[in-house]
Amino acid sequence: MSDPRTHIEDATAVDLKRERTQISTLIDQILALAETHNYGNSSLFAIRLAIEEAITNAFEHGHEGLDPSLSIRVEYAVTPNQIQIAIEDQGPGFSPDALPDPTLLENLSKPSGRGVMLMQAYMSTVEFNPAGNRVKMCYCRPAESA
Amino acid sequence: MSDSRLRISDNSGITVVEFVDRNILDEANIQAINEEITAVIEQADTPKVLISFSNVDHLSSAALGALITINNKIREKTGQLHLANIDPQIYEVFVITRLNKLFNIHETTDEAHAAFAG
Repeated sequence: MSDPRTHIEDATAVDLKRERTQISTLIDQILALAETHNYGNSSLFAIRLAIEEAITNAFEHGHEGLDPSLSIRVEYAVTPNQIQIAIEDQGPGFSPDALPDPTLLENLSKPSGRGVMLMQAYMSTVEFNPAGNRVKMCYCRPAESA
Repeated sequence: MSDSRLRISDNSGITVVEFVDRNILDEANIQAINEEITAVIEQADTPKVLISFSNVDHLSSAALGALITINNKIREKTGQLHLANIDPQIYEVFVITRLNKLFNIHETTDEAHAAFAG
């Protein structure tokens, strides 16, 4: 039984390998669906960025030290009012609350640690399951383009 | 392997870097870009590098990380890095991450050229 906070009703599910063509094809499919619902350019920019960051995190950090051939699961549901995406890796999970703030002066010169904050900045909600190996992001259509 | 994702030229002692791709998202490409620009930095005594984003529509936090690594290496050699031609949507990413405070960012390459001191 999946965690209720990160569950998506009527989602399409895809298992994804760490392979660029597969990743790009899936993101293009989700964005094409969004375009059929007339989401604007800034929405598409936000969604692409957030999915890229979440997928990178899942493979780079979620599967760190694990078999590189392991896949992640991406679930998505696109409706006229919102786009929901959940990404789950097979790793032990992490605690998002423990991430340092990358915008602090002392962290500005550090080359990593910005993925989750960008997801939070560009999506309406970002929630992790208790284990920390599944994230659900929701993008609500902005009022002006409804 | 020799398939560079960059166009690199020299303009009066300033190394001008442009991207071939519209999306700077692929981790392998970002690593290759990082290595190629690092090679340029290592060859120069005091590197002066201008990176133009004129063709770029999307970049990831991994690409930002590569830029930070490049900036750190240039500063170690007391060089200068200037960025230019950043699309407004991408500039917003710099603002959200406050990296607009870390980098010297200019609207045009002409302005960036003028900003190189010495």
